[in-house]
Amino acid sequence: MPESNVIVITGTRKGIGQYLAQYYVEKGHCVVGCSREPAGYDLEGYSHYTLDVSNERDVVKMFSDVRKRFGAIYGLVNNAGIASMNHSLLTPLKTVQRIFDTNVMGTFLFCREAAKLMRPAKCGRIINFATVATPFKLEGEAAYASSKAAVVSLTEILAREYAEYGITVNAVGPTPVQTDLIRSVPKDKMSRLIDRQAIKRFGEFRDVSNAVDFFLNPQSDFVTGQVIYLGGA
Amino acid sequence: MRDRILEAIFRAIDDANDSFAPADRLAKSAETVLYGPGGNLDSLGLVTLVLSVEREVDDEFGTPVSLADEKAMSQKTSPFRNVGTLADYIEVLLTENANA
Ligand SMILES: NC(=O)c1ccc[n+]([C@@H]2O[C@H](COP(=O)([O-])OP(=O)(O)OC[C@H]3O[C@@H](n4cnc5c(N)ncnc54)[C@H](OP(=O)(O)O)[C@@H]3O)[C@@H](O)[C@H]2O)c1
Repeated sequence: MPESNVIVITGTRKGIGQYLAQYYVEKGHCVVGCSREPAGYDLEGYSHYTLDVSNERDVVKMFSDVRKRFGAIYGLVNNAGIASMNHSLLTPLKTVQRIFDTNVMGTFLFCREAAKLMRPAKCGRIINFATVATPFKLEGEAAYASSKAAVVSLTEILAREYAEYGITVNAVGPTPVQTDLIRSVPKDKMSRLIDRQAIKRFGEFRDVSNAVDFFLNPQSDFVTGQVIYLGGA
Repeated sequence: MRDRILEAIFRAIDDANDSFAPADRLAKSAETVLYGPGGNLDSLGLVTLVLSVEREVDDEFGTPVSLADEKAMSQKTSPFRNVGTLADYIEVLLTENANA
């Protein structure tokens, strides 16, 4: 068994992140979460940092604090993410920047700082968040899908860089799950998207935690650099 | 401040030396060459040392610094050329942090 049971999860205020925070606390983990706004809920075994995942100084400070409180961490789930559905001709550069800041820079920073706390124990699990929008090459999601393509590339390369430290790096690529993230996507567009999946239904929170469980499992120490797309994308 | 930085680096050297082969161990002196020509460390050794130094500096000053630097792998201007240049670089970062 790993020495530490601490899991850091980003974007835990709502949506999939909130579910995962509660799910892993229930499984007996110590969960450290974060989001730009306060969590709005209290749980024993859960602590929250209010920060933007792309703010280097705040992220470094958070991990310094986590190191002083817990010493080591076992898992990192890079769930925080934002999307924007818009034709590229109508997308301001600022939007693209925001998306890349959260999805790519945030993921990079958290991987880097978490790996530092996993390395001494030669044991760690990093799970990043991809999306089926990337393999589906969805029109209207150029910025979002390409930011997640970058996350996949990061996952594959960090898997190699961190392998000698006993840290695995993998990604889960959910299908649409009913959260605020996709609230603004028109219904017909959503059903056309779901039609492209092998299994034609919305994803549920438990579908996501099931894949995260697999990567987090101490026995998954020979699985790295992989992306599991849900729904048969 | 500089003495405290050097002491923190020396503690990090002690820590990192534990994982280095005897021939690669670093001496605790401001002149010790770290990375580049005449240096003992390969890039993975440098990672080990830099992470120990980050930790010791945070413990000593209560200020977490990230020593990642674009010039890390440059032979002329890398802050990781020797212990002295590393101490200079940390001093700059800590001062920047204090003024931020
Ligand atoms: N839902 C889907 O259909 C779907 C499909 C494929 C992939 N995904 C991926 O799954 C992940 C979670 O999505 P979700 O559906 O749960 O989204 P969501 O309901 O919109 O929640 C996003 C979470 O991330 C936090 N967050 C956003 N930007 C942040 C930042 N810069 N710094 C810190 N926290 C930030 C938000 O809290 P604050 O607002 O307080 O910061 C919130 O807790 C994302 O990576 C998303 O790309 C979702």
